[in-house]
Amino acid sequence: MKVIVCVKQVPDTNEVKIDPVKGTLIRDGVPSILNPDDANALEEALALKDQYEDVHVTVVTMGPPQADEMLRECLAMGADEAVLLSDRAFAGADTWATSNTIAAAVRKIADYDIIFAGRQAIDGDTAQVGPQLAERINIPQITYVQDFKIEGKEVTVQRQLEDGYEIIKVQTPVLLTAIKELNKPRYMSVKGIYEACKQDIIVWSANDLGVDKSEVGLDASPTKVFRSFTPAPKGKGIMLQGTTKEMVEKLAVSLKQKHII
Amino acid sequence: MQFKLTKEQEMVRKMVRSFAENEVKPLAEEVDETERFPWETVEKMARYHMLGTFVPKEYGGAGADEVAYAITVEELSRACGTTGVICSAHSSLCAWPIMKYGTEEQKQKYLVPLAKGEKLGAFGLTEPNAGTDAAGQQTTAELDGDEWIINGSKIFITNGGTAEIYVVMAMTDTTKGTRGISAFIIEKDTPGFTIGKKEKKMGIKGSATTELIFENCRIPKENLLSDIGKGFKVAMTTLDGGRIGIASQALGIAQGALEETIKYTKEREQFGRPLAKFQALQFEMADMETRVQAARHLVYNAAWRKSAGLSYGKEAAMAKLFAAETAMYVATKAVQLHGGYGYTREYPVERMMRDAKITEIYEGTSEVQKMVIAASILK
Amino acid sequence: MAVVILQDKCRGCKLCLKACPFDAIDMVGKLAVINEKCTACGACVEACPFEAIEKQVAEAPKKDLSAYKNVWVFAEQRAGKVMPVAIELLGEGRKLADEIGVELCAIVLGNNIEGLAKELAQYGADKVYIAEHELLETFTTDGYTKVITDAINEIKPEIVLLGATHIGRDLAPRVAARVDTGLTADCTKLEIDPEDKKIKQTRPAFGGNIMATIVCPNHRPQMSTVRPGVMDKAHKDDSKCGEIIKLDVKLTKTDVRTEVLEIIKTVGELVSLTDAEFIVSGGRGIGNADGFKLIKELADKLGGVVGASRATVDAGWIDHSHQVGQTGTTVKPTIYIACGISGAIQHLAGMQSSDVIIAINKNANAPIFDVADYGIVGDLYDVIPQLIQSLDKVDDLVASLKEVAVAK
Repeated sequence: MKVIVCVKQVPDTNEVKIDPVKGTLIRDGVPSILNPDDANALEEALALKDQYEDVHVTVVTMGPPQADEMLRECLAMGADEAVLLSDRAFAGADTWATSNTIAAAVRKIADYDIIFAGRQAIDGDTAQVGPQLAERINIPQITYVQDFKIEGKEVTVQRQLEDGYEIIKVQTPVLLTAIKELNKPRYMSVKGIYEACKQDIIVWSANDLGVDKSEVGLDASPTKVFRSFTPAPKGKGIMLQGTTKEMVEKLAVSLKQKHII
Repeated sequence: MQFKLTKEQEMVRKMVRSFAENEVKPLAEEVDETERFPWETVEKMARYHMLGTFVPKEYGGAGADEVAYAITVEELSRACGTTGVICSAHSSLCAWPIMKYGTEEQKQKYLVPLAKGEKLGAFGLTEPNAGTDAAGQQTTAELDGDEWIINGSKIFITNGGTAEIYVVMAMTDTTKGTRGISAFIIEKDTPGFTIGKKEKKMGIKGSATTELIFENCRIPKENLLSDIGKGFKVAMTTLDGGRIGIASQALGIAQGALEETIKYTKEREQFGRPLAKFQALQFEMADMETRVQAARHLVYNAAWRKSAGLSYGKEAAMAKLFAAETAMYVATKAVQLHGGYGYTREYPVERMMRDAKITEIYEGTSEVQKMVIAASILK
Repeated sequence: MAVVILQDKCRGCKLCLKACPFDAIDMVGKLAVINEKCTACGACVEACPFEAIEKQVAEAPKKDLSAYKNVWVFAEQRAGKVMPVAIELLGEGRKLADEIGVELCAIVLGNNIEGLAKELAQYGADKVYIAEHELLETFTTDGYTKVITDAINEIKPEIVLLGATHIGRDLAPRVAARVDTGLTADCTKLEIDPEDKKIKQTRPAFGGNIMATIVCPNHRPQMSTVRPGVMDKAHKDDSKCGEIIKLDVKLTKTDVRTEVLEIIKTVGELVSLTDAEFIVSGGRGIGNADGFKLIKELADKLGGVVGASRATVDAGWIDHSHQVGQTGTTVKPTIYIACGISGAIQHLAGMQSSDVIIAINKNANAPIFDVADYGIVGDLYDVIPQLIQSLDKVDDLVASLKEVAVAK
C-alpha cells in the first residue's frame, strides 16, 4: 500500500506574542513545528505501516528550504521518504495555487492508495488545501476524520460533525483529512533521528514538476492579501479591588444594575 | 572550536523534551508520593530507543552518541529525577559494561534486550562494608565445574528487583584485593538470587533501590564479564561513564528547578510587583543560571570526549562533582525563592530538592570525585 | 501582485523586518531583500519610512466578470432544519446585497425540503434556489459539489457565502477549485468596497495574531466561508415571500463516491457554545479535570454552558467540543467568564467579541485582563464559590445599596 501524507511546517502560534507597545508580532524564539493536525495524519499512516507489511509512507510538503528540518522529523517518526516542493515560483501561494503545486507532485509520485492530510494548518486555519488537492486529482475526500479503518480497498471512517459524527464508506484512492481525535501522534525515536539525518530528502522545483510558473505561487492565486493588521486590543476594563467577598459583590451588583443578569 | 550541538543532538533534545513534558512530568508528583516504579514510562522509553541510545544499531540500540545520551537523561530528569536515574543506571551501568567488555555471545544474549529496552539492567558493586572503598568486597564467586557459585549481598542497587539483568562484582580471589575482583552477568530469576529490602529514600522515590542477596547462586561459567581479576577495572571504567549519566541527571534537575523558579517569580507578586522585579532575587537567579550553564558545559564535554574516544575519567568526575553541587545549590535556592510554598508539595521544587541530594552521593560521593580529580592532576 | 523593495531607496533600517508577520524579509548586506515566504500582504509597505517598498498591483482579469451578479448564501440544512449560520449569512448577505445594489439569493439542497424555501424567503432571500434529489438526502461532498458547481456555472453569482461548519468547510474548497475561483476561509468580517463594489473579506490568521483582509479581484464568484456565531442573524418576516426557483438536478449514483452509512448524534455531549448566552470557561489554572465541576456549578447557576481553553482540552480534562478559541469554537455570549485562563492569543481570538468578559486569574499580569471588562485577581477556588453566593443574594445587595443611597 502506498500512502502519501501532506504536511506543513508552521510557526507554533501558541508561542506567538504581540508586542504590547507596538502592537506587532514578536517572532523571536517562536519555534517552527510540524503542523499539529498533520502529525495526526502522519501517525495514521505510520500506524498502517505498523499493522501491514508492505506499506510505504511518503511525506510531501511545499515550503522553503528550511522545511527540510520538519521533513527529517517526519522521517525520524518513521516515514520512508520525504519530498520537499521548493521553488521561489511557489511562494506566496493561496490554497488554490498550493493545491495545484501539490497535485503536480502527487501526479508525479503517481502510485498511491491513500492520501492523508491534516484538517488545517495553525498558521492559516483554512482547511482548504486538502479538499482542493482531492478535487485536482479527482479523487473523493473525507474531511474531519476521527476514526479510520481499511479492509482491502474499502475504507470506513468516522467524520466528525459539530454534534456527533457520520460513518462513511469509500473505496481507495481517497484523500482523508485528520483531526486531533483520530489518534495520538508518536514521538521521533532516537534511532529514527540518527537515520533521518543521514537520509536524502527529495527536492522538486517547478521544473521538476513540469508546472507552468503561471499556475503556481502568488501570481496564480485568485485571492490576494489586501492588507494585514494586528487586531486592536479592547479597552482595558475594571480591575476589581478589595477582599474576595467585596470584589464578587461589586461584580454581581454591577452586572445586575446594568441588566446583564 | 565549535560550541554547538549537532543536528541529531538538537533533535534528540526536542524529542525527549516533548516526551518528558507529556509523558513523564504528569506522573512525577504521583510517582514520588506513592514511591511507585513508573513501568509505563519504561515501556515508552523503550519504544523510542531511549534505553539504548549509545548502543550500536546492530545490537538493537539507537546508534546515537554519548552527548545524545547525556541530553536524554538531562531532559528526562528536568521533568522527573526518578525517570532520569532509571535510564542512567540501566544504560551506563549495565548496558555499557556488557557493550564494552562482553563477548559476542554475551552481547547477543544480554546487550540486545537491554538496548531494545525489553529488559531493564542494574549494577551491583556497593556492599554494606564496601561503599566508597569498593575494594572491601565480601561477595565471593567460586568456580565449581561449569558454574560460578556466588555468595554475599549488595546494597543500594538502583533498579534492584525491576531489572532482569545485573552486572555484579564479586571476589574470585580474596587474597588479591582489587585484583581479586571479577565481574559477572547475573539474571534475575537465577535460583539463589533474591531481592532484599527496598530502601525508603529521601528522594528519587519512584526508583527501586534494593538489596541483592546471593545464597549459593549458581550461574554459568560463561557469565564472567571480562577476565578473572579484571572486575575492579570493569567497575571503575563503568562508573566513569555512569558519572556522566548522573551528572546529566543532576543537570536536568537543576534546569527544571531553575525554570520553575523563573515561572514562579514572574507570577508571584509581593509589595505590588512580581518577585522577578526585585534585584536581589534577580542576582540569585543569575547565579543559578550561570552555574547551570557551567555544569552543562562540563557534562557535554565529558560526554563528547567519551564519544570521541578520548580519556574522560577526570572530566566525568568534574562534571559529576559540579553538576551535583549545582543541582543541590539551585534546588535549594529554588525552594527559598518559592518561600513557604516552596516547602510544600504543591510546587515541584520541594521534590526537586530532595531528588537533587542523591546526585552528590551515589556513583561516587562528591568527595570521591575530588579524589579522582586530584589523583589525575597529582600523578 | 507582488511586493518589491526599491534598492536605491532602502537604507537598511530593518523596520520592515520587524513589521513582517511572515519572516519574509532578510538583510543581505545592508539592504532588505524579500524571500520566498512573502505573501504580498503589504505590512512592510506601511512600515517603510523611506517609501522604498512598493506593492505592485494587478494584471487584468482573465474572464468577463460582469456576467456575475447577486449575492448567494448556501443555506445549509441538516435533517430538514436550517442551520443557524445560514440565518446569520442571510443577515449579512442582505447588507452586502443592498450595498452593491443586487439581489440576495439562497441556495438550499436536500430531499423533500420544499418548506425550507419559504422559510428562507421569510428570512430575506429575494430568490431561493432549491435542489431536491434523493441523492441529496444527506450531505455528500461529491453530490453537493456537483449541484452547486452546476448552479454557479449556469446562474453566475458574484458572491457566494457558506457557513464555516464542518460541512461548509468540506464543500466550499472543493466547489471553489472546480469553478476555478478563490475562497477565503473562516471570515469574521465582510465589507463591500464602495468604489469597485468588490467584497473585502477579513479573517484571523496566524492563530488570531493578525487579521488579514483578502480580496479576489479577477475571479468569480468571490467565495467566503464565514465563522458561525459572528454575524447577526436575519429577522424573520412572515409577510415576505421571495421567488422560489427549482434547480434541475443532474445527479446519478456514480457521481457520489462516498456512502454515508449512519449519522450518529452524541447528544448529551453536545455543547452549543455558539448559541449560549452565558459561558463559563476553565483554563489551566483549574489544576485538574475535577476543577470543571466548579466551573459547571457557576455555569449552571447562570444557566450557561461550560467552555474550555485549549490547554485543558489538550490535557484531556474535557472534551474538545467545549474548546473556545481559534481552533475551537468562536463565541460571543452576553457574559464570558474566564477562570484560570491566562489568555493566549488563540483563545482571545475566539471570545473577545463577547459582550461582557469577566476574568478570574491568580496572575495579575495575565493577558486575559487586557480584554476583560471586569478583572478579579485571586484564586478561582476562592472566588467562584463566593461569586455564586453573591449571585444568590444579588437582589438583596442591590436593595441595600439603594437604601444606603436613600439614607444619604
